[in-house]
Amino acid sequence: MLEVTGLRVSYGGIQAVRGITFHVNEGEMVALIGANGAGKSSTLRALARLLEPAGGSVRYRGKELVSLPPYRLVGEGIALVPEGRGVFPRMSSLENLRMGAYARNDKAEIERDLEHVLGHFPRLKERAQQTAGTLSGGEQQMLAIGRALMSKPRLMLLDEPSMGLAPIMVQKIFEVIRTVSLEGMTILLVEQNAKLALEVSQRGYVMESGEITVTDESKKLLADPKVRAAYLGE
Amino acid sequence: MDTLLQQLINGLTLGAVYALVALGYTMVYGIIGLINFAHGEVVMIGTMVAFTVIVSLAGSGMPPLMILGIGLLISVLVCMALGWSLERVAYRPLRGAPRLTPLITAIGMSMVLQNVAMIIWGRNYITFPPMIEKHIFTVGGATFTNVQVAIVTLAALVMSGLIYLVHRTRLGMAMRATAQNPQVASLMGVDINRVIAMAFVIGSALGAVAGCMVGSYYEIAHYQMGFMLGLKAFTAAVLGGIGNLAGAMAGGILLGVIEALGAGYIGQLTGDFLGSHYQDIFAFIVLIVVLMFRPSGLFGERTGDRA
Repeated sequence: MLEVTGLRVSYGGIQAVRGITFHVNEGEMVALIGANGAGKSSTLRALARLLEPAGGSVRYRGKELVSLPPYRLVGEGIALVPEGRGVFPRMSSLENLRMGAYARNDKAEIERDLEHVLGHFPRLKERAQQTAGTLSGGEQQMLAIGRALMSKPRLMLLDEPSMGLAPIMVQKIFEVIRTVSLEGMTILLVEQNAKLALEVSQRGYVMESGEITVTDESKKLLADPKVRAAYLGE
Repeated sequence: MDTLLQQLINGLTLGAVYALVALGYTMVYGIIGLINFAHGEVVMIGTMVAFTVIVSLAGSGMPPLMILGIGLLISVLVCMALGWSLERVAYRPLRGAPRLTPLITAIGMSMVLQNVAMIIWGRNYITFPPMIEKHIFTVGGATFTNVQVAIVTLAALVMSGLIYLVHRTRLGMAMRATAQNPQVASLMGVDINRVIAMAFVIGSALGAVAGCMVGSYYEIAHYQMGFMLGLKAFTAAVLGGIGNLAGAMAGGILLGVIEALGAGYIGQLTGDFLGSHYQDIFAFIVLIVVLMFRPSGLFGERTGDRA
């Protein structure tokens, strides 16, 4: 579904991503793990075109994405849940969710999807009228994921969904991610919490200083002594 | 007592105009963090265009109200085009430049527009032909005219329209989202270039309406009139909390009232040392006080998250 070839990203003269190649198949969840500063988030941001790639190709369902203006990506079925959530702080939760469906015009289905998303996150239903800036970090993360779902994506890019959240909240968020994946969503997950990411995903790529160094099934990566030593704190 | 009521009425009229102009500043600031110092000149061009249209239609035998309406409409359209061009030509190429660069460009555009207006309309004061027969109403010792009633009513209508647009339409939602987080807004499918252009276009349309009001209220126009009007409306926007629409409306009305009361009582306050033609100082006293004690304005939206 997504084929990335030789992707390079640089800013301020530093090459954050040095020509990486990877792919995500339809329906699978793929984890991109690595240490802080390895280039995981830069990769994701380049895919979502928040950063201009310095080179390489990103093919999605056979279509080259690098030439599209950023705001057209959501129409192609790609949704990014950005690092740090990026909710609209002075809009209500409900308005944030509706913003997720901004590019759609199938009104009746939007309402149905809204119910579906609120079904995933009963907490957001209680907070529907509350300004998003006043929600807790975990609630904002739920909102950001819900908002991405509202665009009815085929491919979801998740950037550090566990960042800054209490362990119990992380568990809840990952339960939802797993459910969404089981419903058939294709997911590319960037996560510092390697253990968690490898437990929910089918395949994984390990990034180190802007390059992909190891790739395998997530189960095997979890068992790999080198990966365990470097990223699982053993 | 007569002075008080009279000055409140005059202040409300003036304030309605300030509010409309202030909205133009605040909309653009709210979305791209730029103080568009050329906005006052857009208002001036609005007045001038209305003047030209009205003068050229004055002898045509059309009913005066219709002529005024056509003048207003053409003035709004011209200013919308002007606002769009300003953004396209002067500001968009500087997106991502240090903040001072577009600010200086704005001052430059303001000078360009003044000089263009001087070339077209001359350097002298021009007088509006009186199109509406004035009726004077008297209430409790204070007087006001039908022109004042029309100004305040029209301003209220236009502002309600804007509130509806911002809170109830798709474009308004896109504008609010872009103001709060442009990157994420574009992830949602918002073409932020279009939203930014629309902020200029709508702000300029409001400015044109204000320009026509100024023209029909004072019945004179001058190529430099946009400068002081712009500064005062900017003060009103800062007073209300720049970036905040309701703040611009409230700040405009409040500034108009403060200024009118100041003009009414300055003689008494200074023992006739200063006359009412010193009314301009009040706007700047307000600006200084706000910047010193409450830089985020009355409706204090944090400006920190919009740097």
